[in-house]
Amino acid sequence: MARELRGYFGSPLAYVLIVIFLLLNGFFTFFISGFYEMEQADLRDAFFRWHPWLFLVLVPAVAMRLWAEERRQGTMELILTLPITLGEAILGKFLAAWFFIAVSMALTFPLVLTTAYLGDPDMGAIFCGYVGSILLGGAYLSVGSMTSAITRNQVISFVAAAMICLFLVLAGYPPVTDPLADWVPKWIVDIVAGFSVMTHYQSMQKGVIDFRDLLYYGSLMFFMLFANGVILQARRSS
Amino acid sequence: MIEAKQLTKFFGDHKAVDEVSFTVEKGEILGFLGPNAAGKSTTMRMLTGYLPPSAGAAAIGGCDIVADSLNARRKMGYLPENAPVYEDMTVTGFLQFIARIRGLSGREADDAVERTIGKCFLEGVRHQMVGTLSKGFNQRVCFAQSILHDPEYLILDEPTDGLDPNQKHEVRTMIREMGRDKAIILSTHILEEVDAVCTRAIIIANGVIQADDTPKGLRARSEKDGSLAARFTVPEGVDPIPGLEAVDGVVKTEVMEQDGLKMLVRIYPVKKGDGLAARIAEYAAGQGLALESLTEEIGRLDEVFRAITMKQES
Repeated sequence: MARELRGYFGSPLAYVLIVIFLLLNGFFTFFISGFYEMEQADLRDAFFRWHPWLFLVLVPAVAMRLWAEERRQGTMELILTLPITLGEAILGKFLAAWFFIAVSMALTFPLVLTTAYLGDPDMGAIFCGYVGSILLGGAYLSVGSMTSAITRNQVISFVAAAMICLFLVLAGYPPVTDPLADWVPKWIVDIVAGFSVMTHYQSMQKGVIDFRDLLYYGSLMFFMLFANGVILQARRSS
Repeated sequence: MIEAKQLTKFFGDHKAVDEVSFTVEKGEILGFLGPNAAGKSTTMRMLTGYLPPSAGAAAIGGCDIVADSLNARRKMGYLPENAPVYEDMTVTGFLQFIARIRGLSGREADDAVERTIGKCFLEGVRHQMVGTLSKGFNQRVCFAQSILHDPEYLILDEPTDGLDPNQKHEVRTMIREMGRDKAIILSTHILEEVDAVCTRAIIIANGVIQADDTPKGLRARSEKDGSLAARFTVPEGVDPIPGLEAVDGVVKTEVMEQDGLKMLVRIYPVKKGDGLAARIAEYAAGQGLALESLTEEIGRLDEVFRAITMKQES
């Protein structure tokens, strides 16, 4: 894991991504949401609500190089013959990238300070918001890691990850699910929405960390990373 | 000991490697020879655990490469074909990273990295990004990676590929030195390399081992090995060939060059090294052939290689 971290913080791409992330965050929070005009010491509507969309672009960009780059450089053969298991390699890379995302998130702290200075926010809710966002980032990342294993082309990896994540978002996004509810029975909509990160993301933004939501993220990441392993194993031979 | 037992690999219906078996003991340097796509790299990938064999087994120092994979990998160093390295790391950073994965830390890791940088002549580029290095340095960085932990077993896929003649010489010297107490397998298609470093060579074609012998033994398989090349001037109007062929111990002769009365004739003996040269010289003197030179030829590996691999193709 340490190796990937060094890889991340040593590469210019990482800094570009962090800067873009912070700029976009500021842009959405202050200009689109009109944070100041809201006159609410609350980050949920102004800040966290954008993350499922922001991450849609940024997280696949972080993840796209994970395995695609190994395949392109041929270093896959190197890393998979070193004394580490495939699982360790996948998990190490994933955790490093996740840590990178967490650091980017942590760098948004001035916003929290601003809010605390301007008013009296519910720190518990903000904390839950951060946890939710980081889990969301992890979920996207596991998707990106998996798509990155399919191809040696980072662009394809990026697009595929973004598409899957978009599906995961839209499946539970009210503007999509509400019209859908007129067409199909509600229980089907609910099941589909259950697969969505949105459903689980929003409940956490309300300041509730539910075990079921944690389980959702945990199993999504596990499934994606497991698929990642299966793909790598199968692709070795070719 | 590196051990391959009936290693077999299918890619779809294509049998890339067909029941390859051999062992390499410590102190041996085994050269793996073969035309392109003969199955050299595939065999090495199976030995290192990168490719799972379709059938058969391999073991490194007694550890099965599939069942006890991690221990087997700990004991060996591997230089994959084309020497892949992380292009966005510095040379030192890359070697440190390998040291960490190899379970070295702190001083131990630093020492190992320093020692290897010295051994592989990487001092001048230690802070450069690997991606900016020339092919020769690139190759040496990946080679450095494989010997960093001073493994007992080394598997090198074309270790001198892309190096200039001086660098090739350095790497070969290094391999020869390490070969004293390690078991080394290296693949190559440079035949002189086999002569220069290997104690034994395997020729593989179409996934099947065609020959497993010492370089000297392989050379002896050449038809020309042990034959005599005689250069002489014949007297006017004499055909020396029937007479030469009648000399005791001669199988056949072959005229290589003829320029007026000067001739170069190759004489194949029935049995190598039974003193045929002396009898030829005696005969020549008796017949008034002015013998200019008489040399015993050494078989050439490329001929043996060609003979063995072409036979397989036809």
